[in-house]
Amino acid sequence: MTTKTSKPIEGSFQLFEGDFTNAGKASTELRNVLKGLAVADDAVRRAGVAAFEAEMNVIIHGVAGTLHYAVSDGELNITITDMGPGIKDINLAMQEGYSTAPAWVRELGWGAGMGLPNIQKNSDKFKIDTVVGEGTTLQITIFI
Amino acid sequence: MGLALTELIDKLGFEIKVGGDLNKIVEGCYISDLLSDVMARSNEHELWITLQTHPNIVAVSVIKGLPAIVLSNGRSPEPATAAKAAEEHVVILSSSKTTFEIAGLLYNLLKS
Ligand SMILES: Nc1ncnc2c1ncn2[C@@H]1O[C@H](COP(=O)(O)OP(=O)(O)OP(=O)(O)O)[C@@H](O)[C@H]1O
Ligand SMILES: [Mg+2]
Repeated sequence: MTTKTSKPIEGSFQLFEGDFTNAGKASTELRNVLKGLAVADDAVRRAGVAAFEAEMNVIIHGVAGTLHYAVSDGELNITITDMGPGIKDINLAMQEGYSTAPAWVRELGWGAGMGLPNIQKNSDKFKIDTVVGEGTTLQITIFI
Repeated sequence: MGLALTELIDKLGFEIKVGGDLNKIVEGCYISDLLSDVMARSNEHELWITLQTHPNIVAVSVIKGLPAIVLSNGRSPEPATAAKAAEEHVVILSSSKTTFEIAGLLYNLLKS
C-alpha cells in the first residue's frame, strides 16, 4: 500500500495497569484507521492481534505505558512502551504457556501465556527491549 | 458450506442479547475461554462459544472479525459488555444449552 498523504498518519494512547474497561480501545481505533486506509484484511487482523496483546500486557503486567502507531509507505510501526517491572527471562516469557498472571486475571481468560507468541507470529518484524526494574518496549512492524 | 447467522439463531434457538449484522455466514465455531487462544486460533466465519461475559470479549471479536459470540449455559453479557458490543456492532447470543450441545447441533446443521 502507498499512502498518498504527505503527513505521516500516527496516533498514541495511554495505558494503565488494571484498566480492563478501556482495554482494546487503542487496538480497535488503530484497526479503524487501517480500514479507512483500505489496508488488506489480513494485515488489519494481524495488526489488531499484535496491538491488543501488547496493550493487554501493559494493562496486566506493565504499570503504565503508551502505545504509539505510525503508518508510512508500506508499513505500520507500533511501539508499546511501559514503566513496569521488566522481563527477567525473555526466552521463558516467549514460550507459549508461560505466564505470571495472578489468579483473578486468569479468571478473566487472560494469562494463558500466549500473548507474546501471538505478537511474534502476527508481526513481520518484532523486537523486545526490557530492563528489569525500568520497563519494557515492544517494536512491531507489519507490512501493509 | 455455511449458514447465515439468522438461520442459525432460528434453528438453534439462540437468544439475541446484542443484535447487529445477522447476515454473516457461519462455517464453524471455536470454543475457548482463554482470550489469547481465541486470538491465535479462531477464524473468520466461526462463532465463538464461551463462558466469559466481561467487556474484553468484544475487542477480541472485533479484531478477529468473528460473526458472533455465543454465551452458553444461559449466561448473559455484563451490562458494560452489552454496551460496548452495541457500540462496536458485535453480535452477542445466548443459549441455555451447554457448550457441548451447541457445538453438536451446529456440527450436524453445517454438515447436512
Ligand atoms: N509488559 C510487560 N511487563 C512485564 N512483564 C511482562 C510484560 N509482558 C509480558 N510479561 C511477562 O511475560 C509473561 C508472558 O507474557 P504473555 O503475553 O505471553 O502471556 P500472559 O500475558 O501471561 O498471558 P496471555 O497473553 O495469554 O493473556 C507474562 O506472564 C509476564 O510475566
Ligand atoms: Mg499477554
